[in-house]
Amino acid sequence: MNAASPVVRGQELNADAQALFRYVLRLGDLSLVLGQRLGEWVGHSPALEEDLGLANVALDLIGQARLLLTYAGEVEGRGRGEDEIAFLREHGEYLNAILAEQPNGDFGQTIVRQVLIDAFQLEVYERMTTSSDERLAAIAAKSVKEVLYHLRYSGGWLVRLGDGTDESHARVQSALDNLWPYTVELFAEDELDRTMADRGVAPRLSDVQAAWLRRIDEILAEATLRRPKDRPHSWHGKRGQHSEHLGYILAEMQHLQRTYPGARW
Amino acid sequence: MSNPTEDRRQWPLYEVFVRARGGLDHKHVGSLHAADARMAIDHARDLYTRRQEGVSIWVVPSKDITASDPAENDSLFEPARDKIYRHPTFYEIPDEVKTL
Repeated sequence: MNAASPVVRGQELNADAQALFRYVLRLGDLSLVLGQRLGEWVGHSPALEEDLGLANVALDLIGQARLLLTYAGEVEGRGRGEDEIAFLREHGEYLNAILAEQPNGDFGQTIVRQVLIDAFQLEVYERMTTSSDERLAAIAAKSVKEVLYHLRYSGGWLVRLGDGTDESHARVQSALDNLWPYTVELFAEDELDRTMADRGVAPRLSDVQAAWLRRIDEILAEATLRRPKDRPHSWHGKRGQHSEHLGYILAEMQHLQRTYPGARW
Repeated sequence: MSNPTEDRRQWPLYEVFVRARGGLDHKHVGSLHAADARMAIDHARDLYTRRQEGVSIWVVPSKDITASDPAENDSLFEPARDKIYRHPTFYEIPDEVKTL
């Protein structure tokens, strides 16, 4: 991180760059926050093998976040690098959907959250490999292979737990019931999503949703789980309005850079 | 097959074999615990191929492997010791032989 570069606020980006900047943050923050959440499992997983499995997924996600946030910094053009963007932004400047910041809960809840987001990222990245934005197309092409494995891992576990014992079935069904309402935000198209789709930068969210739902329904059927009903939502993480959980994540993630600005190792 | 003395809370053990690249044999690299074969492949991928060690993975339940008994080593392996004519280097090839 380059601590010497001042963050110039108030300087206006042109509207196109501003929109792209915010859109790339949405993608990058989803990976960053989910990766940070998964990292909490390290040393606490139900088995040594799962410790490594979850950490591998977390590292892939942090890797995607690095690529995306670096790009966001370049689009913004104010000299901010990946570290400055990841570690020195405020609560309201994070643009991830709030599903990613929901607590780990038990292993089953972590797996449910993971399946829902893995399948979303897979559908987005698959389509984004043909984005009109070459940089995003390249990042998507790299990430789609990783995410395909993430879904294999999380989907395998969801089937195992859903179609497992009465206890494991009840737990993942309950986690699914609790987390489902947050998925609505992933597909709630706002003006930014529309602009990106119109410019061929991002896929149309209605296409992503239809494909996502087919994929999720397949996994749920195999896991003998019931898909909860959609409910109206009022989550706006994509606009920077977050649940209280993000504050704790940021406190842990950012305290080192804020205590020792510019620290490296 | 279930062993009544087996700890049911412990996942069964799998042996892992990894092929480093095309054309090479799968080599035994270690073992791990997994609830089923698919999970064993996932774990093997995460444990044993994270530094690009392989292009193919086999997993085998450890209980399905039959091993020779170390107590029988003398009768199994000793008799081969004095049969050096089984090594190709034992034979001298006459100069007249062009192709063999």
